[in-house]
Amino acid sequence: MKVLLLYPDRDFDPEQPLPPHAADLVQDLELNTLFSTMAQGDTFVFDVVKRVILSSLTDLKEIHYRQNILRDCLKNVEVIREIYQIPIRAQESKRKQWLGIFGLHYPSSTLSGGRSMLEAYLGLLKELRSIADIHAGKFESEGFRRFFGMIQQELDDAYLATVEHHLKILEFRGGVLVSAELGKGNEGTNYVLRKPNEDDRNWVERLLPKRSPVYSFKLHPRDDHGARALGELRDQSLNQAANAVAQAAEHVESFLNVLRRELAFYMGCLNLAVKLDQLGEPIAFPEPAPVGERRLSCQGLYDMTLALTMQRKVVGNNVAGDGKDLVIITGANQGGKSTFLRSVGLAQLMMQCGMFVPAQSFSANLCRGLFTHYKREEDASMQSGKLDEELGRMSAIVDTLIPDAMILFNESFAATNEHEGSGIARQVVSALRERRIKVLFVTHLYEFAHSFPGQDNVLFLRAERNPDGTRTFKLIEGEPLPTSYGPDLYHRVFEAVAVVEEDEKR
Amino acid sequence: MTFHSILWDSAGVPPETNKQPAYFGDLNLDQVIEAITARKQEYNLKPFFYRPLRDVETIRYRQEVMQDLEDAPLMASIEAYAEKMTIVRRYLALVEKLDFDYHKKGWFLEAALVYFNAVIELADNLSQANLRSHSLQAFRKYLANYVRSAEFEALRTEAQQVKEGLRNVKYCVIIKSGQFSVRNYEGETNYSVEIEKIFEKFRQGAVKNYLVDLRESAGMNHIEAKILEFVARLFPKPFAALDQFCSRHSRFIDETIRTFDREIQFYVAYLEFIADIRRKGLPFCYPQVSTTRREECVRGAFDLALAHVLLYTKTPVVCNDFYLQGPERIIVVSGPNQGGKTTFARMFGQLHYLASLGCPVPGREARLFLPDQIFTHFEREEDIRNLRGKLQDDLVRIHDILARATSNSILILNEIFASTTLEDAVFLSKQIMGRIMTLDALCVWVTFIDELSRLSEKTVSMVSTVDPQNPALRTFKIVRKPADGLAYALAIAQKHRLTYEQIKERIQP
Repeated sequence: MKVLLLYPDRDFDPEQPLPPHAADLVQDLELNTLFSTMAQGDTFVFDVVKRVILSSLTDLKEIHYRQNILRDCLKNVEVIREIYQIPIRAQESKRKQWLGIFGLHYPSSTLSGGRSMLEAYLGLLKELRSIADIHAGKFESEGFRRFFGMIQQELDDAYLATVEHHLKILEFRGGVLVSAELGKGNEGTNYVLRKPNEDDRNWVERLLPKRSPVYSFKLHPRDDHGARALGELRDQSLNQAANAVAQAAEHVESFLNVLRRELAFYMGCLNLAVKLDQLGEPIAFPEPAPVGERRLSCQGLYDMTLALTMQRKVVGNNVAGDGKDLVIITGANQGGKSTFLRSVGLAQLMMQCGMFVPAQSFSANLCRGLFTHYKREEDASMQSGKLDEELGRMSAIVDTLIPDAMILFNESFAATNEHEGSGIARQVVSALRERRIKVLFVTHLYEFAHSFPGQDNVLFLRAERNPDGTRTFKLIEGEPLPTSYGPDLYHRVFEAVAVVEEDEKR
Repeated sequence: MTFHSILWDSAGVPPETNKQPAYFGDLNLDQVIEAITARKQEYNLKPFFYRPLRDVETIRYRQEVMQDLEDAPLMASIEAYAEKMTIVRRYLALVEKLDFDYHKKGWFLEAALVYFNAVIELADNLSQANLRSHSLQAFRKYLANYVRSAEFEALRTEAQQVKEGLRNVKYCVIIKSGQFSVRNYEGETNYSVEIEKIFEKFRQGAVKNYLVDLRESAGMNHIEAKILEFVARLFPKPFAALDQFCSRHSRFIDETIRTFDREIQFYVAYLEFIADIRRKGLPFCYPQVSTTRREECVRGAFDLALAHVLLYTKTPVVCNDFYLQGPERIIVVSGPNQGGKTTFARMFGQLHYLASLGCPVPGREARLFLPDQIFTHFEREEDIRNLRGKLQDDLVRIHDILARATSNSILILNEIFASTTLEDAVFLSKQIMGRIMTLDALCVWVTFIDELSRLSEKTVSMVSTVDPQNPALRTFKIVRKPADGLAYALAIAQKHRLTYEQIKERIQP
C-alpha cells in the first residue's frame, strides 16, 4: 500500500538532505513566515512544508500531479480534514496503549507487539475504506483517484476478515508446534513453526493418541533457567512468523505515517489559502515551462511574506521577461527592489513544489536549484573581511551550481569600490550566463549594470520614482540611471538642514 | 628421502627457545617478529623466529619451501588446510568443555569429519602442485600414502555414515508454558510460510528486518539436552552408531601431519607479512648466503620494521644500497642527523638475521655473509645526570661485546660515546676501531666523527644526504662517498576561484 500523494511513483523522503544553500534561502526569502502561516502552530506541518518546499521538483509532470491534487483539496476541504485525522488517531492510540515493536529483542514479544498494533490499526483502515466508498467520486486528480482505488482494492472485506482470523491463531493459546533436525554437535537446528494437521479442536490434546511415542517433560516451578531456555526455543521457532507480522504492522504504521506526512503538505496549503483569502490577496496556479526555456512573466506578483507580516494587501508587479536570462534591477533605495526579488524567488519555489503562487498569473521556466546571494551584515567572527566573506559564499554556491540553475543576487560585490565591484560582478555573471544559469541581480553598481548594452536577453527593471521623489514601490522596465537614489536621501536630509542654516544666516 | 620436518632437513632438531636474541630491540626485530606472528598466536611460532641458522644447507632447504609457497594456488591450499585444522582443534577443545554426552560426541564427530576433509583436500591439491623443494615433495609422498591407507579410508567412511544417520532425524517439539513434549514429525505444513503469505500485502517497501539474530553456536542447556535425550529414545539406531565411533577412534589425528600443520605456518606467516609490504612496491629477494665469503653486495634494501609502520601511510620507504669488497669490513655512516643513519644500521642487521632464518630479505638483491653472532650497541635513552656512569657503562658493554665477538661476528654500533667530549670520543673510538679491525669482523658504525671513515682500507665511508635544492629536505638516502662534515579585489576573487575562467572551469556544461 502506497500513499503517493506527493510523487506519482514514490514516497516523499523526510530524511533526504535539504539542499546545501537551504539556510540562505530561508533567510533571504523570509521563508519562515511562509512556513509558519502554513503550519498554524503545528510543528509537524511546519517541518513537512519546509522540506517539501525546499526540495524543488524539476519535472513538469510531477508538478502538474501535485497541482491537480491541490485543486481537489481546495474543492473538498472537509473530506481532506477527515482523512488527515485517521493517522493522527492511530498515533494517539499507539501512545495510549503503549503499542510498539521497536527495541524488542525477542520474537515472542515482537510477535505480540506486532499483533496488538495490527489489531489496533485494523479499525482505522476500515474507516478509511468507508470514506473512500462514500467520497471517491468527488475527486478528479490522478493522485486521489489512484489513492482511493487502492484503498478499496487492497482492503476488501474478505481480506480484512482473514487477517483478523490469523491474528487470533497467532496468540497460540494451545502451545507452539515446531519441527527440528539435528545439526552440528547434535544441536537442534532448522526450527520450523508447524500448523497442526487436525485444526478443529484443541490440537495438543488431539495429538496424544498418535502412533509415535510422545515424551513429555514438566519443568520444576522454580527452574527459571529452564523456563528461559524453553522460551528461547519458542523464540527460535516464532522468529520468521514474528518477522512477517512485525513487518506487516510496520508497513501499516508507515502507510499511516506517510499519509499524515503527505497530507500535511496539502493541509499547509489549505491554511495558507485561507489566510491569503482573508487579506483579499489573489492566488493562481502557475504555468511552469521546461528547464531549458527562459520564461518569466506575471501579473500582480506580490511579496506574500510582506503581506502576511503587514497583514494587508501589498503592491503587485507585472513583468514581461520571457526569453531573458539576465534581469538587472536598479533604481531608488527603498523602492521595492528587494521586495520584488523576494517575490520572484518565493513564486519560483512555490511553483516548483506544486503550490499556487501569490499573483494573478505567473509563468516561469523551472530551474535546477534556486540560489540566493545577498549582502550580509559584517561577519561577527572577524575572521574574514567583508569582500572575502561574500566571495567565500559565492564560491560555495559555485561548488553546487549546475546549468539551468537560477540565482538571485541582492547588492552583491558592493563591499569594495564601484569599479572593482563591477569588475567582479561582470566576470561572475558572464561566466554564469555562459553556463546557462539564470540570473536576477539587484545592484547599485552602475558600471556593471551598464555593461550589457544591446543584448536582447537582458531585462532591465527600475524602481519607479514619482517626479516629486516619492516611491510607488512598482518596478518599470528601464535602463539603469547613472545615479541611484541615495542622493535623494542625502538631499532630503542635507538640503533641509541647508534651508535651516540659510534661514539662520538671514 | 623420508619426511621429518618442513623446517629442519636432518633429524637433529634443536630445542625450542622462548627467549629473543639480545639485539632484537635495537634492530626493531622484536616489532617485526611480533607483527609476523600476531595473527598466528595459536601456533606459537616465535621460537622458530628466535633460532638463526649458520648452516647453508638448511637455509637452502627453507628457501626452497618458501619459494614454492610463493605460488599463489599452493599457498591458498595450505591456508585452506590450516583453516580446517584450526576448526578441528576448536571443536576438540569444545568437547572437553561440554556437559552432555551426545552433545560431546556430536562435536567429536564434527571434528573428525573436518579433519578427514582437510587432509584429503590437501593431498589432492599437493598432487597437482608443481613442487621444487625436496621437503614439500617428501611431505606430499607421505600424505598420499596416508590418505590411501585402508585404515584411513575405513575411518572416514564410518564417520560419514554415522553423520548421515543423524542428519536424517526429524522430530517435533510442542512448547507450552513450563512444559514440552517431543514426538516424531508427521508431515505438518510450515505455518511461517502461510503467515508470510497472508501478511504479504502489508509487507511492501523498505521495512526493517525483525528477524532476531538468535544464537546458533555451540552450547546446550538442560532443556535442549532433555530434548536430545528424548530424540535419542525416538531414534535409537543412529545414536548407537555414534557411541561406537567415539569409543573406537578416540585419536584420529596423525602426529606428522599435526607437526607439519604448525611448522608450515613459519613460512605462511612470513609470506603473509611481506605480501602487504610488497603491495606497496617494495622488493624482497632470496639472498645468496655464505659462511666464508665476506664480500657483500645489497641493492634496494630497506628497514622492514619501518616499512611495516609506514604501511598504511603515504610516506614512501627509501631503499639503500651498499657493498663491501676486497679488504673492506667496516661501514662508517656519518652525515646530517635524521637522515636515515640509524635506519640504515638496523636494516644492515635485519638483512643478516632474516637471511639466517632462511627467509627472503627486504631488498632487490642481496649477497650476504652468515655471521656466527650479531652484536649491537645502540645509544640508550640519555640520562644527563649520570654522564660518567653512562660512558663507563658504554665501555663495559663494548668490552663485553669484543670479548665474545669472533672474526665471524657482525657488530653494529650506533652513536656510541656521543655523550662525552669530542676529544675523548675520537680517542675512544679509534681504540675500539683498532680492535675491530684486528678482529676482522664485519661492522656498521654510525658516528658523527667522520675521520673514523678514513682510518684504513678496511673502512668504507657512507653518508646520509640532503636535497641539494633544499637542504632542509631529507632524502633518507645513504650513499657511499667521502664524508665532508659540512606571502587586491580581483586577487581575492582569484583566491576564491571566482574569475570568469575559473567559474567556467568549475561549472561543467
